[in-house]
Amino acid sequence: MRTSGRTSKRLTINQKYSLTGWGFLAPAAILICVMNFYPMIQALVLSFQTGIGNNLQFGGLSNYARLLKDPVFRTALVNNFVYLIIQVPIMLILALILASVLNIKDLKGKGIFRTAIFLPCCTSLVSYAIIFKTLFSYDGYVNTVLMNLGLISERVNWLSQEGSAKVIIILALIWRWTGYNMVFYLAGLQNIDDSLYEAAKIDGANAIQSFFKITVPMLKPTILLTTIMSTNGTLQLFDESVNLTGGGPANSTLTMSHYIYKASFEYNPQFGYAAAMSYVIFILVAILAFVQMKVGDKR
Amino acid sequence: MKRVKKIAAYLFLTVASVISVFPLYWMISAATNNSTDVLGGRLLPGLHLIENYKELILQQNVGRSFGNSMFYSCTLSLLSLLVCSIAGYGFEVYHDKRKDTVMSILLLAMMVPFAATLIPLFKLFTGLGLQSTWIAYILPTISTPFLIMLFRQSTRTFPREIIEAARIDGLSEIKIFAKLYFPTMKSTYAAAMTVTFMNAWNNYLWPKVIMMSADSQTMPMMVANLSAGYSIDYGVLMLGVLICSLPTGILFLILQRSFTNGILGAVKG
Repeated sequence: MRTSGRTSKRLTINQKYSLTGWGFLAPAAILICVMNFYPMIQALVLSFQTGIGNNLQFGGLSNYARLLKDPVFRTALVNNFVYLIIQVPIMLILALILASVLNIKDLKGKGIFRTAIFLPCCTSLVSYAIIFKTLFSYDGYVNTVLMNLGLISERVNWLSQEGSAKVIIILALIWRWTGYNMVFYLAGLQNIDDSLYEAAKIDGANAIQSFFKITVPMLKPTILLTTIMSTNGTLQLFDESVNLTGGGPANSTLTMSHYIYKASFEYNPQFGYAAAMSYVIFILVAILAFVQMKVGDKR
Repeated sequence: MKRVKKIAAYLFLTVASVISVFPLYWMISAATNNSTDVLGGRLLPGLHLIENYKELILQQNVGRSFGNSMFYSCTLSLLSLLVCSIAGYGFEVYHDKRKDTVMSILLLAMMVPFAATLIPLFKLFTGLGLQSTWIAYILPTISTPFLIMLFRQSTRTFPREIIEAARIDGLSEIKIFAKLYFPTMKSTYAAAMTVTFMNAWNNYLWPKVIMMSADSQTMPMMVANLSAGYSIDYGVLMLGVLICSLPTGILFLILQRSFTNGILGAVKG
């Protein structure tokens, strides 16, 4: 008894290192469990409850049944997917092209161009939403310029028409995030050996061919990373919907997160219903990330 | 032909840069003009900066919001860097099968949308009476899988021999981290600092929900309030936007070089 107690107290050097490792990662791991995983489980429980405020009772799948019939939720879901399908590819392709052009060897002033293109990322989401809202407002700068150029005969209400309001959100998103993704591609491009491009050139490949045959395949992990990040971000859009368009006109720019916020904190608080909606986002994010990783592995 | 290509490249980059910078330039110049000039389409800087500032501090408690945002963001960034870097280091240096499993479980948290944890977190913090406190602002986002991963990847570039040598010299594990790893990985820390501070400063949904008292208002909340009124003074509004954008802009310009290097280290691994 005594001897076994003594030997278990004296750890081997490797066990000691292993324990130190656990100690180092414990605070971060515990925080993630308490602040992410545990609330996630609570949200799942909540999504089976119905009622107003804290007055909740078990409702089974009724929140999920309600989701299927809720036209506002459907609109928000479609909006998120419109942003995802149109904005993410345009932005990522643009970022990739910008990064490859900035990677051309004997180009001067690269630093300035890079800084300028990244600069939009320094503005807060609220700030840039308000800048775009002001630029495109009825008496805003865009209308003034178009009027002066004679391109429109009277001011256009960009933000209160369904189509143009969506387009402006997409434009704003591209403006804000292209530089951010470009930095990831620039970093990835530094790992590609120049000799690959030179060899391709000797073999008679032109710039476009080497872009598709060398740049894109070599950057695959980075492209995958940025795609997953952007998909995730787009499905969670909130600030732009709130501050640029207020979700309107007639919910045509409303995002799922914005609707969840409204259901929880603006109308009579319906926490259970909001939790059910948030699980839809979670499942979509998980499925899309899984699909993207599978597709990324294959190519 | 080569010259044509080069000119095309310059042209492309110039157009992209102008589009990127123009709305920012417009915002800065609008902050120095009065509302009528802003709406009239004036692009040149004006002389109304001080007037706008006086009007802004009359409408909103700018000092308080700025101070709040600064305090929350700095505290959050420092704690976040500490907690996540030591975890990333721990995962890489002492890695074994079980720690790798824990890491992949933690990575799953990347997929957890904030909207899903919003309501339980709201209930948790209000239940503890912590609404409108800095603790509520920072606690949910101190530990992020993204930062842990960034540090874990970057630790791969940190030579193992240094650790072995330091152990022979009798340095404790925590000292190896603090005295050898920390100073060597400056560019990773700079990149992490830039990303974390920007996220902390720009955070909007969570503060909007949990920072209920007027005294705990942050800069993005203040700017959103400014733009929500019926008669908006655009010069004043843009000055608010400008002040809200300055700290993150300045931080990026200072740390820009290390930021790119830090991301490079992460993408390489």
